[in-house]
Amino acid sequence: MKFSEHWLREWANPDISTDELAHLLTLAGLEVEAVEPVAGDFTDTVVGQVTAIEPHPDADKLNVCSVDVGQDELLQIVCGASNVAVGMRAPVALVGARLPGGMKIKKAKLRGVPSFGMLCSEAELGLAETADGLMALPADAPVGTDIRNYLHLDDNTIELGLTPNRGDCLSIAGVAREVGVVARTEVTPKLVSTIEATVETTFPLQVEAGEDCPRYAGRVIEGIDPAAVTPLWMQEALRRSGLRSLGPVVDTTNFVLLELGQPMHAFDLDRLDGGLSVRHVTAGEKITLLDGQEISLEAGTLVIADARGPQALAGIMGGQGSAVGDATCNIFLESAFFNPLCVAGRARSHGLHTDSSHRFERGVDPQLQRKALERAAELLLKIVGGQAGPVVEVVHAEHLPQRSTILLRRQRIRRILGTEVEDTEVEDILERLGMTLTAAEEGWDVLPPSFRFDMEIEVDLIEEIARIHGYESLPSSRPQASAIMQPQPEGRVPVTRLQQILVDRGYQEAITYSFVEPGLLKVLDPHTNPVRLANPISEDMSVMRTSLWPGLIKTLAYNLNRQQSSARLFETGLRFVRQGDELSQERCIAGLISGPLYPEQWGEPTRSVDFYDLKGDLEALLATTGESGDFRFVSESHSALHPGQSARILRDGREVGWIGAIHPAIEKEIGINQRAFVFELRLSCFDQAAVPHFTPVSRYPAIRRDLALLIDREITAAELEAVVRENADPTLKNFHLFDVYEGEGIDSGRKSIAFGLTFQDQSRTLEDGDIDRALSRILSALTGKLGATLRE
Amino acid sequence: MQNDLQKQLDELVQQAAEAVRSAEDLAQLDQVRVRYLGKKGEVTVQMQSLGKLPHEERREAGKVINTAKQAVQQMIEGRREILQQAALEAKLNAEAIDVTLPGRGQQNGGLHPVTRTLQRIESLFSQLGFEVAEGPEIEDDYHNFEALNIPQSHPARAMHDTFYFDEHTVLRTHTSPVQIRVMQERQPPLRIIAPGRVYRCDSDLTHTPMFHQIEGLLVDENVTFADLKGILDDFLRNFFEQDLKVRFRPSYFPFTEPSAEADIECVMCAGKGCRVCSHTGWLEVLGCGMVHPKVFEHVDINNEKYTGFAFGMGVERLAMLRYGVNDLRLFFENDLRFLRQFR
Repeated sequence: MKFSEHWLREWANPDISTDELAHLLTLAGLEVEAVEPVAGDFTDTVVGQVTAIEPHPDADKLNVCSVDVGQDELLQIVCGASNVAVGMRAPVALVGARLPGGMKIKKAKLRGVPSFGMLCSEAELGLAETADGLMALPADAPVGTDIRNYLHLDDNTIELGLTPNRGDCLSIAGVAREVGVVARTEVTPKLVSTIEATVETTFPLQVEAGEDCPRYAGRVIEGIDPAAVTPLWMQEALRRSGLRSLGPVVDTTNFVLLELGQPMHAFDLDRLDGGLSVRHVTAGEKITLLDGQEISLEAGTLVIADARGPQALAGIMGGQGSAVGDATCNIFLESAFFNPLCVAGRARSHGLHTDSSHRFERGVDPQLQRKALERAAELLLKIVGGQAGPVVEVVHAEHLPQRSTILLRRQRIRRILGTEVEDTEVEDILERLGMTLTAAEEGWDVLPPSFRFDMEIEVDLIEEIARIHGYESLPSSRPQASAIMQPQPEGRVPVTRLQQILVDRGYQEAITYSFVEPGLLKVLDPHTNPVRLANPISEDMSVMRTSLWPGLIKTLAYNLNRQQSSARLFETGLRFVRQGDELSQERCIAGLISGPLYPEQWGEPTRSVDFYDLKGDLEALLATTGESGDFRFVSESHSALHPGQSARILRDGREVGWIGAIHPAIEKEIGINQRAFVFELRLSCFDQAAVPHFTPVSRYPAIRRDLALLIDREITAAELEAVVRENADPTLKNFHLFDVYEGEGIDSGRKSIAFGLTFQDQSRTLEDGDIDRALSRILSALTGKLGATLRE
Repeated sequence: MQNDLQKQLDELVQQAAEAVRSAEDLAQLDQVRVRYLGKKGEVTVQMQSLGKLPHEERREAGKVINTAKQAVQQMIEGRREILQQAALEAKLNAEAIDVTLPGRGQQNGGLHPVTRTLQRIESLFSQLGFEVAEGPEIEDDYHNFEALNIPQSHPARAMHDTFYFDEHTVLRTHTSPVQIRVMQERQPPLRIIAPGRVYRCDSDLTHTPMFHQIEGLLVDENVTFADLKGILDDFLRNFFEQDLKVRFRPSYFPFTEPSAEADIECVMCAGKGCRVCSHTGWLEVLGCGMVHPKVFEHVDINNEKYTGFAFGMGVERLAMLRYGVNDLRLFFENDLRFLRQFR
């Protein structure tokens, strides 16, 4: 809510500076978001009247004006504005004046003609962003008066960021009421006189929807002057409160909206047909709103309709068909109370948000309608003239919001705030806020005023006490919490541990958006059916990721484009996978490497990363479970991965993740020009880690034997190891593969594989014979099952 | 005769001394040793010639020769030590390296500044027994709004810029639904902290459609607004490691009452007023309040027996203030040149 400080001070004028006022409001919960001067910083500018105009002898677009500024002599001023006219009153910056932006007015010659000052536009005085001519002042503007005094320009626009509970402060009257309480100052409300009807004209009115519209008041004003203009003071009040001037009738209803907080609407009476009815629409009805958009109304929407159909969306916006225009002579003024819930749902469902709906959905004082109607009539009669008809009011009292009495307990104030507040202070605060108090056994029965929609339960009152007492002067203490120890499962690897491992191995953590581009996701995972947002920010952020890879791959591409060719990245977070009708939100960790393995180094040749570099890092993560052996890497293809360099990772036969090289075709499509390797693991596989269990260290020597075999190229290391382990006795302590070779000297289709076997017994020293027997059993199994031959 | 021998040996010793001195390395010195003390060495030969002497002269001559032999031996040993020392030094010299050359191997990576900030906040609160709780990011309307006292038509809903999947399913707009989930499962006393991603349909210079919050909740029998002030005051000073001024001002959240926002004295200008604090000297850093009775009702916690407070803060904002990051969007661009500044 924006308003003019000057306007507020007409209602409540504490003896404090603007800064102090802003501070006070902020600390009372009406946060001041901005304080801006209403005009630029300028001096020595007065009301002038143009008395004569001569064309400039040497310039087509300039005029030489004689201007009366209340001095003994007329001033000669050269002016280029097209709207300059004899008799016009406009601001004149005198010689010596300083204008916004620092310009100084001096005696000058314009194309040879001396000029003693400058006639100004709104823009030149910082009253508007732009202007297309001089600022025309009213004919009664006193010539020679300082323009700052005349227009009260030493004023500020104060902008409040009001919270939704404080609908009662969406008006000058409401803010003034609050200032009165917090600054302990008197509030002088505008006296609103009753405007007696001078004509008998009324317009038929019927309220069918009494529940949603418990009070509807209206009156006719006929014979208004269509040529009337909004007075400057009102235009300025509106401008300083952020509203444009739209003609005297609308300006007046807007003025009352700002002043009292009552949204009003004026219909062009001559464009209404039959009578008005406040009713819910039936299916199929439409309305063209003031802003020109035609909307189809859902059944049940509250409207003000005439015989032809809906003429206004109740409490939200009027219709074009009955809008007040330049030729309007007779109007019907509406001042109603609409149920907050009825407006809130509707405005949003039509994507509308207006000054009116903003107030109705937060709650307008249900006692205010008649007063606002009188105020508007009073102003209109002055500004546009005409004759007012009698007020017609339909009330469904049973549906008007009722404030009920709230029990406020002394002891509860202390329980919530942690301090005692004196009874006298409690009473003083609540009474100043307009509440009615009656003593009760444990405290008070409190009846809030009609405009406080946010006062429903005890704690609402306690908050008011705290707020006015001042949060800053409430004590501060340390909670006395129960010292209860929480379980800490050792068999669960915390994600911080995994993050730390990767960080220590040179990875940078990335955080990428959880919503991704559907196209990229489809390329990486063609079979996925991602969850789609109904209202995404943009198409490239429209589906929820089913894998963390798209984010990491995009991050790689982003960095490659910025000359960062070495990337080690990881991310943790949820992926969103549909499984049938169920949506599973799985916590994952994913990594990506690309580029040189190590930073370029003086003593070591660089090489690019490969599958096994990433696998090593992944194994370091898996090792934290203490059960690395439970995990298996099974060669399998994945649409995102190179078919020969990808593996599904299983734990006890269940898939827990994938690792592999990104498919070259995808790299090409995304524009990544170097190999990249990725993994993704479900974090749930770190939920069951083994708590270490000690086995005694053997006191007897270990014996290592190395074997080099030739086997078929297709046989995997895992298969080889499995055969070895199945055919070894418990003295085999370690299987260690140390060489793999294919190529020259080896038959094509075969490979050489060398490994060391370490034997050790817990209770004796093993002898050569033991080892030989063990080895020959292993060897014959390898030969029999895998066709292995000993390499000579 | 004796004198002759003495003279002869003196000469021999002198020659040997000369030879030892001029031996420049251990090999040359060994040659000298062989020449004088070897099997056929000059001193050895003298020893062997003793047998030819008459018996009564042998003892004296033996003494003389032995003295000479010992002298030569000593000289050789002395020289050997010197040469060995020199050889070692030469070897060490040859092995000297440039210790200023950079080391080998992987460099450290780093956590994202948001994670770093979250971990810092978690560790401060864990000192007070707060446990980390997590919840889903695709959330139902009930947990994200309804149970937090934000019914369907509440104006506060419009302020949330919610991402929807369907009428009842949203991307959580705050971490507060985790409060509800925890309170549905457990009865007080409760002390939890809930970090995580949240989403709002808003994207400009100062808003990203995804960001992080951390939520705190403490429910027990005697928790007051004064405790809330105390704990947050402590937290903010410890987080920034500065003796900051902290102020609380009334605000509104449907799920707390009384509600407050906490401001800190601007860390950029020490409260003097600058661009970052819009010349107010204050920075809004968190929202908080006493748990609203209607929230307790939704989760069946006895409102008369227990009181509690909750607070929530934007993690990116705290990270920006702590590390001087001046553009929110940097957090999600994941430019390595940015990320590597947090190691």
